[in-house]
Amino acid sequence: MIKTDMLIIGAGPTGLFAVFEAGLLKMKCHLIDALPQPGGQCSEIYPKKPIYDIPGFPEVLAGDLVDNLMEQIKPFEPGFTLGERAETIEKQEDGSFIVTTNKGTSHQAPVVVIAGGLGSFEPRKPPIKGIQDYEDKGVAYIIRDPEVYRDKKVVIAGGGDSALDWSIFLADVAKEVSLVHRRKDFRGALDSVEKVEELSKIGKINLITDAEVVDLKGEGQLDAVLIRHKDEARGEELKETDHFIPLFGLSPKLGPIANWGLEIEKNAIKVDNTYDYQTNIPGIYAIGDVNTYKGKLKLILCGFHEAAIMCQSAYQKINPDKKYVMKYTTVSGVSGFDGSKKEAKREVVKSIN
Amino acid sequence: MSDIKITIIDRQGEAHTIDAPTDMNMNLMEVIRSYELAEEGTIGICGGMAMCASCQCYILNFEHMLPEKSIEEEDMLDQAFFVEDNSRLSCQIPITEDLEGLEIRIAPALE
Ligand SMILES: Cc1cc2nc3c(=O)[nH]c(=O)nc-3n(C[C@H](O)[C@H](O)[C@H](O)COP(=O)(O)OP(=O)(O)OC[C@H]3O[C@@H](n4cnc5c(N)ncnc54)[C@H](O)[C@@H]3O)c2cc1C
Ligand code: FES
Repeated sequence: MIKTDMLIIGAGPTGLFAVFEAGLLKMKCHLIDALPQPGGQCSEIYPKKPIYDIPGFPEVLAGDLVDNLMEQIKPFEPGFTLGERAETIEKQEDGSFIVTTNKGTSHQAPVVVIAGGLGSFEPRKPPIKGIQDYEDKGVAYIIRDPEVYRDKKVVIAGGGDSALDWSIFLADVAKEVSLVHRRKDFRGALDSVEKVEELSKIGKINLITDAEVVDLKGEGQLDAVLIRHKDEARGEELKETDHFIPLFGLSPKLGPIANWGLEIEKNAIKVDNTYDYQTNIPGIYAIGDVNTYKGKLKLILCGFHEAAIMCQSAYQKINPDKKYVMKYTTVSGVSGFDGSKKEAKREVVKSIN
Repeated sequence: MSDIKITIIDRQGEAHTIDAPTDMNMNLMEVIRSYELAEEGTIGICGGMAMCASCQCYILNFEHMLPEKSIEEEDMLDQAFFVEDNSRLSCQIPITEDLEGLEIRIAPALE
């Protein structure tokens, strides 16, 4: 069991900055994120795009903003559970919460902060009728262990980098790899596209373009996919396969948090913004893109602001007997849990008699 | 510059004829969002960068009046589901006076 003062679900910009604000108040944080890397939308969707409305940064790449946030919170030594989705929450008798992930990792904290943005990023599933019946029975949306495909027949669908990269990788592992794509053009790194072309020429990848997988066949286990060609003359073909792997990228979904008994409005969690961004369950806060209140703006700036306010209230919850007075970092400096201390240099004052 | 009338058929099949401003540098996705014609979180996820396809719509008339698809839009539609010949990303369609009377249907959201 991982124990911490403040458990933050979501390591996007809001969750990361909350670690800093909590650290100033001597609260230790642990973050859970479904993605394998921190940074939320900034890292997953647009790391190389510039942002222009972060105060004090006329222009900053989203990826660099995340790197800077990580650097800023380093002294507060946050823990991370990455690549796992927070699945369940249980309130304990002492008022604390236990949050468990889809991989069974448990975390306990007196305060839980949901900084889940638009939700956890999940694979986009193609709208093929009955596809869910074949999940883990031949259909997978993520390749976890490539060895599963050794000497098997595999059909991959998609036209982006992951479809290209995995087709290349599995060409040496699987018995047969087919890559089905809706167009002839691929939107991926040029060298990957060229490599797939090469492997297709020597018969290591069976490239099927201008076509789509439209149906799945098999009794309890996948044994064929139905491929429809755009060219009506070619019509449909049934292709025998052991595995079908549609790779169409990720899209965010509120996911399990929606079932935690929190008040939800318009796909977001309702909070008391006039005070502290607490949800309808005391001890659970929601900050950043994931919350909603009258006048809400989904901006990084607003997530940062909400993190600062939330931490004051969380501090009081964890330390009901202590009175906290807000301090400026310029005056009080930043003392990390790692023993580091940053503070402004004092002027040397010397009086001459 | 004046507002134009646009008809948007939402995901439930209901048609809404709304006024869209031509002087606010808006695109069609932003108009759909401002009138709350699709559930929050299901449209405009990438903020209008042709990177998510959540704003896909079907153009029911005036197709020839719209700007040509950019490579980014082609590529994204290529990754999207429920794509038809008249599919476009509404975030790539700026609102101009020429589009008075435009009719579109919002493509289904992913489950
Ligand atoms: C293309 C684009 C451009 C943008 N440009 C700007 C801009 O210029 N300026 C600006 O201010 N904003 C911009 N934004 C919006 C900005 O990115 C968001 O406001 C910001 O990312 C919100 O941060 P967040 O930390 O609240 O959520 P997110 O960044 O969405 O992070 C949330 C994290 O929580 C995780 N998560 C959710 N649920 C779970 C769960 N159950 N278990 C585990 N992990 C979970 C997710 O995996 C995700 O990593 C832009 C957004 C996009 C997509
Ligand atoms: S809003 Fe993402 S593609 Fe249009």
